[in-house]
Amino acid sequence: MGTFSRTDNSILSTWWWTVDRWLLMSIALLITIGIVLVFGASPAVAERIGLSSFHFVERQIVFLILSVGAMFAVSLMSPVMVRRFGVILFVVCLLLLGATLVAGAEAKGARRWIQIGSFTLQASEFLKPAFIIFTAWMFSESQRNPKFPGWKISFVTFGIVVALLISQPDLGQTILVAVVWGIQLFMAGLAWFWVGALIALAFFGLLVAYFTLPHVEKRVDNFFFPSPGGNYQVDLSLNAFKNGGILGQGPGEGVVKKYLPDAHSDYIFAVAGEEFGAVICLLIILIFAVIVIRGFVNLLKEQDMFTVLAVAGLLIQFGTQAFINLAVNLSILPSKGMTLPFISYGGSSMLSLAVGMGMILSLTRRYSHYQPGQTALTWGRG
Amino acid sequence: MKPIDLRMEGTRQGAIETARNRIIVVMALFTLGFFSLVVKLISVGVFQANGTTYYQTASSSQSALMARADIVDRNGVILATNLKTPSLAISKVDMRASAEELAQEVSEVLPEMEYEDVLAIMNAKGNHRWIKRKLTPKQEYDIRKIGDPGLVTSDSEKRIYPHGRLAAHILGAVDIDNNPKLGVEAYFDEQLSDPAKSEEPLMLSIDIRLQHILNQELTSYMDKFLAKGAAGLVLDVRTGEVLALSSLPDFDPNDLNGPKNLSEMNKVLQGVYELGSGFKTFTIASGLENKVVDLSDGYDATKPVVVGGFTIRDDHPKERWLNIPEIFAYSSNIGTLKLAQDIGVERQKEFFDKLGLFGKSDIEVYEKSGPLLPRQWGPTELATTAYGHGIAVTPLHLATGIAAMVNGGRLIPATLLRKNVSEFTGVTRISSDDESSAHSQVISQETSGIMRNLLHLAVEVGTGKNAKVDGYLIGGKTGTAEKVIKGGGYSHKAVISSFISVFPINDPKYLVFAMLDEPQGIKETFNLRTAGMTAAPMVGDIIRRIGPLMGVSTTKKDEIEYEDLILVSGHER
Repeated sequence: MGTFSRTDNSILSTWWWTVDRWLLMSIALLITIGIVLVFGASPAVAERIGLSSFHFVERQIVFLILSVGAMFAVSLMSPVMVRRFGVILFVVCLLLLGATLVAGAEAKGARRWIQIGSFTLQASEFLKPAFIIFTAWMFSESQRNPKFPGWKISFVTFGIVVALLISQPDLGQTILVAVVWGIQLFMAGLAWFWVGALIALAFFGLLVAYFTLPHVEKRVDNFFFPSPGGNYQVDLSLNAFKNGGILGQGPGEGVVKKYLPDAHSDYIFAVAGEEFGAVICLLIILIFAVIVIRGFVNLLKEQDMFTVLAVAGLLIQFGTQAFINLAVNLSILPSKGMTLPFISYGGSSMLSLAVGMGMILSLTRRYSHYQPGQTALTWGRG
Repeated sequence: MKPIDLRMEGTRQGAIETARNRIIVVMALFTLGFFSLVVKLISVGVFQANGTTYYQTASSSQSALMARADIVDRNGVILATNLKTPSLAISKVDMRASAEELAQEVSEVLPEMEYEDVLAIMNAKGNHRWIKRKLTPKQEYDIRKIGDPGLVTSDSEKRIYPHGRLAAHILGAVDIDNNPKLGVEAYFDEQLSDPAKSEEPLMLSIDIRLQHILNQELTSYMDKFLAKGAAGLVLDVRTGEVLALSSLPDFDPNDLNGPKNLSEMNKVLQGVYELGSGFKTFTIASGLENKVVDLSDGYDATKPVVVGGFTIRDDHPKERWLNIPEIFAYSSNIGTLKLAQDIGVERQKEFFDKLGLFGKSDIEVYEKSGPLLPRQWGPTELATTAYGHGIAVTPLHLATGIAAMVNGGRLIPATLLRKNVSEFTGVTRISSDDESSAHSQVISQETSGIMRNLLHLAVEVGTGKNAKVDGYLIGGKTGTAEKVIKGGGYSHKAVISSFISVFPINDPKYLVFAMLDEPQGIKETFNLRTAGMTAAPMVGDIIRRIGPLMGVSTTKKDEIEYEDLILVSGHER
């Protein structure tokens, strides 16, 4: 790759010189840390549920190869292609989501997965980036053409998506999708009055969820009024950080992974805290913060409304998912199953995040500075 | 067109401006969010870091235990301690799986419980129900592995006796709630269960090594002579400390049921027996002390004597006049009763009383018996008690009395607690009256010296020959007593064979008593079941093993006192 010349016009070379390499490096770092942690945490879980020790590790590597491939492929697309791809993906995901409700595999009391061979596909995961692209397109289109009913379409589709996710039921994804959509709406120029109303509505929705869904009530009660033993996962998770201290117990020396049911996925950060210590945990938080904040800073220079809304939406999804996972691990938020992007084990989730990241990479390629086939004589917009 | 276009461009520019400004708001929120993560991570991972303790549940429950104090032997070896044994309960509120599912899994872990029993407990009324108490560590692990929060284990503890049956009768036992049932567990319960003293072990006088030897020899001789039971005692004659005390058959104190029937009672402290010839020691000591006779005196033992309608014979008849050492060494009933007749009822009773034979002993257990005494003291009773019949006492009574005969005449109550515990700090010290002045002088030093020599003589030339151990000077007296049959009279087949001995007899330190309950004669003993054939070799074997262990130095064969008094014709079996 280092032999690429700036004058080389091949697709790969163009990609390399236009892509956000800092972002690329951050993701590579996350993936590396993720492999090490899944190696450490998942054998304990696999052995406990009677699988071969490296069951999750092997699958994770397969998913990683697929994910990196998908991310690269998507990042090669032009912004228009990304938009088309996102919209098509959105339609396909809506159909799959409907199919999941009818023919999905039931696990832990919810229908979220479609069985494909030995892999299960979680349609709602792929819906998230697709819906963000779709929303960004709708909002930016109605900016460009005031007669275009983008806002109305967006509201209707949002209603459909929420209805499908709630009926699975998948409250975590619903909240994530709602938060991202709400912020996209906010950035698209929603009047402050409606912003306030929306926040009020969100709180009302959470209250309704608390009072109508028993498992939500239990988790929230456990979080605010901890009873000894009732908060099993959270207790374990906090203890992991305490055991780990600054430098950790050492790789493989952790014990919490033997007791935490989702040590390889939702609680992998706690395993990192116990085995590698607060220093590595700080590094992980820092990488996520760098990806998100730096992404936003770059957007401040962006002129295209679609790009702003789409990239911001994808970054918000990525950042919120990471934040919720980390916050649950650190017991800042009540327990909620959500994977840590690129680090946790999880097939659909990782593939979907890779697609989303590919879209970010594609949309943030610096076409403004460099056009293929054009000799770079001028800076800025020619 | 153009103005519209411009306006459009203007709105677009305005919209992108708004979007960018609002990005800053979102960025600020994310910055705040990630910053809160960092703060929490540092507060937990750096400032609350402990690095060693793994689980709150594991560490915090330890102090809540109500520990019962340990019991240790005189060398600090643990005889009774506590083991954490969790109990399993079901808490229905926290139950995740169905009762059927859980009952199935629990019954698989607990082999002694059927699925139906577990299910019945789970379906019973009330939220909290015990399923099984005192789980083994493996069972606890398996229960935890089921992983249902409804299965609650609570720490409790089980009393453990690591030596099993070995000192069962001394230690006693506790029930499932740690309430003591027998032994020192019951006697010292107040102290043992006092939470303030739970760190201070109770130190007994027992030496578990001697206990083991005694137990082994008793078991082997009990098997050899097909006896119904056996019992033994090792006593320090200088301090009254019981070093070993064993009674067979015994019971396992770890088994929460305790002794099952009367045969498992403590024969040394609870069993009362007509111990026979051992009592001749007291009669002769009384005669010497009261100056009724001196050593060269004697009595005619040619013919059996009739007292109160009973004909009293000698077991080893010499059919001649016997002097006092001969009467003792050959265990002559006739000679002894004639001496007792000279001593008289009053002095005999007074002497027995001084030896503590008329009341319960002071030993530190509740299950102990007083003697069975004659209802009235007529000539017959005077005669029979002189050689240990018609009066039934516990072996401990006899041992305490014999100890006083050889230790210089001081009657020291037997104790199960270690004396002189100063070298062990932090060990409970209950009684400290080891000053000789505190004990009553029952015979003079001189009489005590004579009695040592007489006991030595009985082993060297008399009925206790089989107890001889090379290198040690041993004094001892056999005792073969026919058991009282229900409804009166004596059985000729059922006997209690006992041997009481003291060594080294030239400087008495340890008293060893052993008895067999209904031994059968075997070929090796010419079908004899007398104490000289059964109990005496048993005691010899015990002394042979405990002597070196207790650091008793061997002695070259000493001059046997009074041997010259024995007539040559007496040198026969």
